[in-house]
Amino acid sequence: MDWFTAYMLPVIYAVTMIVVVMSIAGYSVLAERKVSGWIQHRTGPNRTALPIIGAIPVLGPFLTRLGLFQPLADGLKFLFKEDITPGHVRRGYFIAAPIIAIVPALTTMVVLPFGQYTDAEGVVHPLVLANIDIGILFILAVSSLGVYGIVLAGWSANSKYPFLGGIRSSAQMVSYELAMGLSILPVFMWAAVPEPGNLNGLSLFGVVQVQQGFWLAMWQPVSALIFLVAVFAETNRLPFDMAESETDLVGGFHTEYGSFKFGLFFVAEYAHIVIGSAVFVVLFLGGWNFLPFIPAPWPDGMVGAVMSVLWFLLKIFFFIFFFIWVRWTLPRFRYDQVMTLGWKVLLPLAVANLIFNTLLIALRDTL
Amino acid sequence: MSETKQLETVTVNVDGVEHAFPKGMNLVDAVASIGSEIPHYCYHPKLSVVGNCRMCLIEMGMPMRDRATGEALLDADGKPKIGWMPKPAIGCATTVAPGMHVKTNSPLVRDCRNGVMEFLLINHPLDCPICDQAGECRLQEFATDYGRGYSRYTEAKNVKPKRTRIGPRVMLDDERCILCSRCIRFSKEIANDDVLGFIDRGSYSTLTCFPGKQLENNYSLNTVDICPVGALTSTDFRFKMRVWFLKQVDSICTESSVGANTEVWSREGKIYRVTPRRNDEVNDTWMTDSGRALYQLAEAENRLLRYAVDGQPSSFEAAIAASLDALKGRRLGIVASAHASLEEQFLLKRIVEVTRARVFMAYHQGEGDGILLSEDRSPNLRGALLTGLIDSLPAVDLSALDQALTAGELDSLLVIHEDLSALGVSADNLAKTKVVFAGTHSNATSEAAQVVLPTLTVFERAGSFVNQNFRAQRFKSAVPGPQGIASDLTLLETLAALVVGETPTHPDVNTVWQSLSVANPVFAGLDYNGLGSMGVALEPGPLAELPFVETRNLKYNPR
Amino acid sequence: MAKTKVLERKPLSLAERTYLPQIVTGLKTTLVNMLRPSVTLQYPEERPVIPENYRGVPTLVKDPNGREKCVSCQLCEFVCPPKAIRITPGEIADDADTAHVEKAPKEFDINMLRCIYCGLCEEVCPEEAIFLQDVFSVSGYSREEMINNKQKLYELGGTLPDRHRKWDKKKAAELQGAAHH
Ligand code: SF4
Ligand code: SF4
Ligand code: SF4
Ligand code: SF4
Ligand code: FES
Repeated sequence: MDWFTAYMLPVIYAVTMIVVVMSIAGYSVLAERKVSGWIQHRTGPNRTALPIIGAIPVLGPFLTRLGLFQPLADGLKFLFKEDITPGHVRRGYFIAAPIIAIVPALTTMVVLPFGQYTDAEGVVHPLVLANIDIGILFILAVSSLGVYGIVLAGWSANSKYPFLGGIRSSAQMVSYELAMGLSILPVFMWAAVPEPGNLNGLSLFGVVQVQQGFWLAMWQPVSALIFLVAVFAETNRLPFDMAESETDLVGGFHTEYGSFKFGLFFVAEYAHIVIGSAVFVVLFLGGWNFLPFIPAPWPDGMVGAVMSVLWFLLKIFFFIFFFIWVRWTLPRFRYDQVMTLGWKVLLPLAVANLIFNTLLIALRDTL
Repeated sequence: MSETKQLETVTVNVDGVEHAFPKGMNLVDAVASIGSEIPHYCYHPKLSVVGNCRMCLIEMGMPMRDRATGEALLDADGKPKIGWMPKPAIGCATTVAPGMHVKTNSPLVRDCRNGVMEFLLINHPLDCPICDQAGECRLQEFATDYGRGYSRYTEAKNVKPKRTRIGPRVMLDDERCILCSRCIRFSKEIANDDVLGFIDRGSYSTLTCFPGKQLENNYSLNTVDICPVGALTSTDFRFKMRVWFLKQVDSICTESSVGANTEVWSREGKIYRVTPRRNDEVNDTWMTDSGRALYQLAEAENRLLRYAVDGQPSSFEAAIAASLDALKGRRLGIVASAHASLEEQFLLKRIVEVTRARVFMAYHQGEGDGILLSEDRSPNLRGALLTGLIDSLPAVDLSALDQALTAGELDSLLVIHEDLSALGVSADNLAKTKVVFAGTHSNATSEAAQVVLPTLTVFERAGSFVNQNFRAQRFKSAVPGPQGIASDLTLLETLAALVVGETPTHPDVNTVWQSLSVANPVFAGLDYNGLGSMGVALEPGPLAELPFVETRNLKYNPR
Repeated sequence: MAKTKVLERKPLSLAERTYLPQIVTGLKTTLVNMLRPSVTLQYPEERPVIPENYRGVPTLVKDPNGREKCVSCQLCEFVCPPKAIRITPGEIADDADTAHVEKAPKEFDINMLRCIYCGLCEEVCPEEAIFLQDVFSVSGYSREEMINNKQKLYELGGTLPDRHRKWDKKKAAELQGAAHH
């Protein structure tokens, strides 16, 4: 049994997690289409039906109208479409790029806590694949690798639009990475502070645990705002999708991609959204904590664990919705505006915020 | 000649501007020549004036003179005082006179036209959608230009015979007739076949043929042309195509040596009709019905459509190679044609020179009608004389050729257009000779020929003819020829070049004219474009003294 | 030169410059719209209401007597901007009931690959014979199928009422004869 616990269980956990995250990503696509439809007084996808389930009297048509089978059809299409590799690309990198894009997106979730488990003794354990101390550092480090996929895609496609897309993307990543990193420093400074001797360090679980009272979004609104904007920029979502920017770059970095390889980019984008939402929820929206100042009503044991996970998921879903909502509300920035915002607004603001909080903490400590 | 004679002119004031016109000119023509218009229906420059439509009403006045002294009266400004006639006068019955003043667009004149148009339209049917004249109808044009634009007439319109066949080629719709009598005058004065007239009176007047007669002379379609409305229509052109789709190209009628100037009307490569084009030196504004029908040859059943060698379809190159074989190093006879253009005859002459071939030609003759159909039934016999292809008038048939063949003096023949069997060459002689046939339609000779080189009709190629009065006139290509067929020029030039081992240059008419104008002083200083749409009279010298068969006709007056 | 008036722009307030209130307003707008009912028409099952003056596929119509109204005057062929119409005029046989109309199309083709639904043919027709009616969906597997021939055009067109009855009146007048006879 030992080898099972040691080797198989992590694999099973990991696979389960991947499945969950990927299906969330898949259904985010559906959500995107549905929500954009509703916002524009349309209905969104409502035709795709599965043979047997779709034929169930009331339920089938209902699910069909919700478009629940659509992601399946989309996925199959990506899989079975003819996979064309243009003749002028740099083949090796061209194939590697989508893989490089999706791997970081999936790797980051290893350190992401998604619930709590209170054992019989009342000790609270995090539900996480790897509860490492430097969780946030890991996430920052790995997720910023994702840009390599985009840069590589842009460069290896060996044509103008993808190239421009790749360049924009890397510049944007660099610009916002800074602000993002600086914006969350105060969070961890405060997270480490409340109880002296608290060794939460950079652990994400610790951050969630501190938010049983105040959520950090209330306590650190400036950080939250900067982080929010940066997350949008990092996931290449509208209004920051300079890398794709259909109007001027056709499809940006993925112009030359089709079928499955394009599908990978597509899923990677949504995986990034899921992970980004999760990180934001963990850092600023209290993770699986119920509501500010209301202690979590989760009972001990398995039931409580499941409830906490569901509550966490609910918050993520809301946040994904928020992503979509913003996308269908705001127009795209001009590229220079993106740069101005990153370097001239967010970065100084983050630095100021950091200094202000440092002083505040120093002041508090001296008092 | 007439060019050297100083034209006498008179000065007329038209709408306040002084213009000089040749003496004796009709006022309608005079005003047209300065680019404005006196609308008219019954007046036709080539017919007598009757003045019965009243569309051409104008105001006219002459300088006043003192009765006693004959001095011109001056008004306060010192200008001659004009005595305007109290009522409008018809322009078509007026000849320009010195000092005459004319108003073609005064309020009174406009009122007159408006009134005339209203009267004309009172009983006119609403037939434009089914009327062949629509698009070139004077009534439509003047109704939009001078009419009131709506009808005040609520009573029932007159009913008159419609769809009457008054001749084999002409349909009459009496409701549309505006009683201008042009057709009547034409039949009487030009066609010398007085068959048309009006019966009944007033608005019941009806055009009809005299009892027991038909409008069947060979000029009947000219009435269709001059009818300002759609009362007379051509049965051949009837309901075939709207005129506004048709493209007009200047051409020359090939029916006889008169060389009537024509316009070929086509749409998308299909010819729909041929009409005369005014040329006062050649055909005035008329042409024969039989000449108009010639366009049907372009799409005739027996049109030659592909090159053939020994009865097998072949390519242009192969056919040329086979022709050269027949042409080179043999005792060659060439049967030239007076249907070929000047340029083609010139190139043929070149072939004759290098192959030292004997040239034969036939003089196609028929009965002339003294008007626009001459006895010489080919358009370009004089061209053959001018290019030196022949130096005397040919015989009516080719019995000379037959004798030469019987005597075994020739091994091969290059035949342009002609059907030898119909011209007295026996089938046996034809069979034993190598024949290269170049022509547009198949006949007994093309069937017997070893090499068949299809060529283009007059509607498909460009060139020039010299008519009975030694007038060089050009025709242009109105429609593209059948696919893959080279023009006669290209064909002959290719043969001429290859016979002497040169590279063919595929010249166009202009290039050929450059050599032509050098080769014969008659053409000196001329070129194809210089012929203009009216042609150029040549100075033939002694050739004019040859005993041509033509007798007197509309524009030909043998000495 | 026209006089230009330069308008002073109101300087942006601090709140406006952060852009945040605008974003919030925008989010509110989209949210409100999201809750509104959709206007989508489920096309093949639900059909749009075709207004009276809709310009659908051009068709040929017959008059209430069943006579084909087109007299092949070819005005529509002439006016058609993309040259979609192709008519071969023909003559009505002398013994036909409508011999007094004289002319009718022998062939009448409208190439729906060329037609731009401009309605000029309907506008120009002196006989009110061609109408752009309510057919809006045309499809075919080949270019030939997309050319509506005369028979198809009459099938699509059907019969429309005729306010003028021009040719009926004409025939009546012809039968009655001239007043002085
Ligand atoms: S004659 Fe002229 S106006 Fe009269 S129906 Fe014909 S086209 Fe129309
Ligand atoms: S038929 Fe024509 S040309 Fe003859 S009188 Fe009538 S309108 Fe004139
Ligand atoms: S315009 Fe009218 S009458 Fe004329 S051809 Fe067209 S459809 Fe027929
Ligand atoms: S609708 Fe316009 S384009 Fe179509 S057939 Fe009529 S005129 Fe031509
Ligand atoms: S043209 Fe002068 S009266 Fe007819």
